[in-house]
Amino acid sequence: MGLTAPAEHRTVSYAPESQEGWVATRLDFLVNWARANSLWPMPFGTACCAIEFMATAASDFDLARFGMERMSYSPRQADVLICAGRVPFKLAPIIRRIWQQMPQPKWCISMGACASTGGMFDNYAVVQGIDTIIPVDVYVPGCPPRPEGLLYGIRMLQEKVKNERAADAGTRDEMEPDPSSQLYIPPSVIDELGEPFGNSVNQTRSGL
Amino acid sequence: MSRFEVVRTGASAPGVEPATQRNVAHRNADPNPSAKALQEKFSSAIKRVEVIWGETVVYVDPASVHEVMGWLRDEPSQRYDFLSDLTAVEYRDAEVPIEVVWHLRSLPFRRFLRVKAQIPKGKPLEIASVYDLYRAADWLERECYDMFGIRFHGHPDLRRILMWESYTEGFPLRKDFPLRGRFSRSEQLRQALAQNPEARYSMEELTIADAFAELPADMRERLGKGERTGE
Repeated sequence: MGLTAPAEHRTVSYAPESQEGWVATRLDFLVNWARANSLWPMPFGTACCAIEFMATAASDFDLARFGMERMSYSPRQADVLICAGRVPFKLAPIIRRIWQQMPQPKWCISMGACASTGGMFDNYAVVQGIDTIIPVDVYVPGCPPRPEGLLYGIRMLQEKVKNERAADAGTRDEMEPDPSSQLYIPPSVIDELGEPFGNSVNQTRSGL
Repeated sequence: MSRFEVVRTGASAPGVEPATQRNVAHRNADPNPSAKALQEKFSSAIKRVEVIWGETVVYVDPASVHEVMGWLRDEPSQRYDFLSDLTAVEYRDAEVPIEVVWHLRSLPFRRFLRVKAQIPKGKPLEIASVYDLYRAADWLERECYDMFGIRFHGHPDLRRILMWESYTEGFPLRKDFPLRGRFSRSEQLRQALAQNPEARYSMEELTIADAFAELPADMRERLGKGERTGE
């Protein structure tokens, strides 16, 4: 092609005094750095918190600064489930199934008072905290939280991700619910190809 | 009109009576002309007529609700062609019967009429459906059944609409229903997670292919030729 680099550029020096061309680091650090800065959120917005979440994603607060440019509306390409708003009992099996369809590694942010505790809706229709259904990493208080609050929660989650260790096998442990309990959803159902999710059937992680 | 005169809402110019009445009496204003026509047509089925804040309320015998509503819709001098709401009211006093309320609107005559029927408690709550008169009653009656447990006779598909199909705690908007429900939180969660989220849809609701047969003939023809733009 006529583009030939000079000979001194085609060789890499491994001598310790030569500082250019390579860097040494822990694998954990590298992997966690990449994961923490490319979290793709699965927005599960049910109420006013979702409006604040939209404001967070819009240009004023610009969630893209933290590597969350892409909202993943399919759980199969998502890393972090952001539950923004109250969850009625009718939605309980749906958020449970979405959580199980998300591949590991996955995290969850419970945004706002209602998602975290049921909030003011201490009544017959609303789940009293989504941590009764799915595990939660970060709780963001507020009714609704301001975008700065959500960003702070996201930075906390990034800190958590950066401090994970690959050698710690317990980190990614997913408790398999007892098949006789109602929390158990068989793998075939989790992998079931729903029409809105298109061709993502090969990205399931339930082992089938 | 000076520059600094305040123009009140509803008045286009000083001295002109606004189209929307400003001073409405709480009680005993003139009722809607439909109330008098109803009393003449169905003398005994019309229990009483009230006017509250300028709006006419007609109490109808529950047994003749369907007949009255059909007449109000079809009679050329009434033409209440729009059912804007259908709901129920339960009062705290156990003696007061449950009321089913229909909000009717006559678009040609610009009239509004509120029809109420009182169903005594203690017996099964039943009343005639107006689904065959107003299609809008479909989901409204389902919601009313879901929240109050009133059975609408003649409704083609009377099942829960807000709560899930397998919900067994009762009817949440009844006064004897505790705010937090009847079961413990763990039992509620267990039952909620046991539901199948897709079970409450019928196959007709899930597939849009069946809707093709109901399209207008010309649209079916164009879509049949492979046109995909819709309009």
